[in-house]
Amino acid sequence: MTINSGDTAWVLVSAALVLLMTPGVALFYGGMVRAKSVLNMMMMSFGAMATISVAWVLWGYSEAFGQSWHGLVGNPFQHFGLSGLLSDKSVVGTIPTMAFVAYQGVFAIITVALISGAIADRAKYSTWLVFTVVWATIVYFPVANWVFAFDGFAADKGGWIVNTLRAIDFAGGTAVHINAGAAGLVLALILGKRIGFAKDPMRPHNMTLVMLGAALLWFGWFGFNAGSALGANNTAAVAWVNTLAATGAACLGWLVTERIRNGHGTSLGAASGIVAGLVSITPACSAVTPVGAVAIGILAGVLCALAVGLKFRFGYDDSLDVVGVHLVGGLVGTIAIGFFASASAPAAVDGLFYGGGVDQLWRQAVGAGAVLLYSFVVTGLIGLALHKTLGFRIERDAEVAGIDLEEHAETSYDLGSLGGGGLSHTGAALFGSHTTASVPTAAASTKQGASS
Amino acid sequence: MRLVTAIIKPFKLDEVKQALEAFGVTGMTVSEASGYGRQRGHSEVYRGAEYTVDFVPKVRVEVVVDDVDAPDVVIVILKAAQTGRIGDGKIWTVAVEDVTRVRTGERGPGAL
Repeated sequence: MTINSGDTAWVLVSAALVLLMTPGVALFYGGMVRAKSVLNMMMMSFGAMATISVAWVLWGYSEAFGQSWHGLVGNPFQHFGLSGLLSDKSVVGTIPTMAFVAYQGVFAIITVALISGAIADRAKYSTWLVFTVVWATIVYFPVANWVFAFDGFAADKGGWIVNTLRAIDFAGGTAVHINAGAAGLVLALILGKRIGFAKDPMRPHNMTLVMLGAALLWFGWFGFNAGSALGANNTAAVAWVNTLAATGAACLGWLVTERIRNGHGTSLGAASGIVAGLVSITPACSAVTPVGAVAIGILAGVLCALAVGLKFRFGYDDSLDVVGVHLVGGLVGTIAIGFFASASAPAAVDGLFYGGGVDQLWRQAVGAGAVLLYSFVVTGLIGLALHKTLGFRIERDAEVAGIDLEEHAETSYDLGSLGGGGLSHTGAALFGSHTTASVPTAAASTKQGASS
Repeated sequence: MRLVTAIIKPFKLDEVKQALEAFGVTGMTVSEASGYGRQRGHSEVYRGAEYTVDFVPKVRVEVVVDDVDAPDVVIVILKAAQTGRIGDGKIWTVAVEDVTRVRTGERGPGAL
């Protein structure tokens, strides 16, 4: 195959769009936590950008897209360090292999970052960083092989879900969202509830950050979904429009659900509905019509709005609703393909509602279930191992004072506010002593500068 | 002299300030405050979870005035700050023993 410059340009731009989603997640999650833990929340996403970037170029790409061992995992040594893929003869489809490496790498980053919302305010940062690398290596990279590695594309032999089962997952409803959602659930169970969960008010400290994060996510998601066409073509355009339609519908679905249940449509509901819609259309955006996309969006908006209440009923502290939005939204979208797929869309498959019978439906259900089960069990093993050895949770007093101070020796805002979940008295006092301690150092360095 | 302290709704601050100026008060101290009275805060809903927010944002206005003016100042603030709905706030006065103007060292009512 030869390189097509238009396709290459679109994939490279899409890769940058998808990378922007991770800071988007950082803002989305960061606004939702209390003021004493916003920096740690954002640093969990930024940390994933750091660790996974390195792991991806060393062994991650090779594990996901090297020659697959029985459709389960790519050979991690085949492209270790990527040095064999740099020539302009190295092409996948119509784009340079390195463009594909770039694009798939940012998927790995955001998938890991998504998990962090389930364990807000309480995870030891060093353990989190270790977790990101171990989890990506044992869970994400193999699952990406199952779902994204077509036979004969980057390697002769690809993954089992896409080639053998032939479930449709265009941009990662299973590999990204069900995977991250299941991992979030099991980590929330292992780390336990935040102190004061379901008793103390833990309202979002900055809703404008949440809205900004949701906006950046939606923007970047066009790269995520339309970019998954791996070319500047009709499939990309269809995916783009479906990504618009489903997201708007899900936002409406969430707002209406809230209006009926609580009496108000909230801005957090709108932002959450947007993300739920984006999640749900991710696997389906090449397989449904825009009307199908609207139907999936409404379903996701309503079901996710209801699902976020489950954590209070069952008593697991999935702090920022990674389960309610990403696991449930991912399941809705992946399963809905079995119903709403239309042969008129680029994937050219009919679902149950379009006369295709249950053939696609069971494939979707098996694909979703397999990723859910694998992620839940293996993340559980990783999480328990790290919790027993390194420790995954900070001390009680540090959690009460605020994880930002404990883990990063910083406070997010210097507002000196009273009450309302802002700087606690302890936090303000610590912040004050830290400021005075730094003054002599600054004075000393000024003197040095003057004398030299 | 008396210290008049008013806890009012934040959006009523401008009206209270103008009313006090019109009455002839020459200075005041304003600070942000949080608290609740008999209405016990309000509730907010985030993703379906309802939180009672006890400490509602308020503004505290403090004015030191002559003994004779104090009852009128209370009424001026009352008229400007009242909406008739819950959470309008409180006004109280206490006796002030002495006041000193920092710039000149003047003492007593002349320092007001």
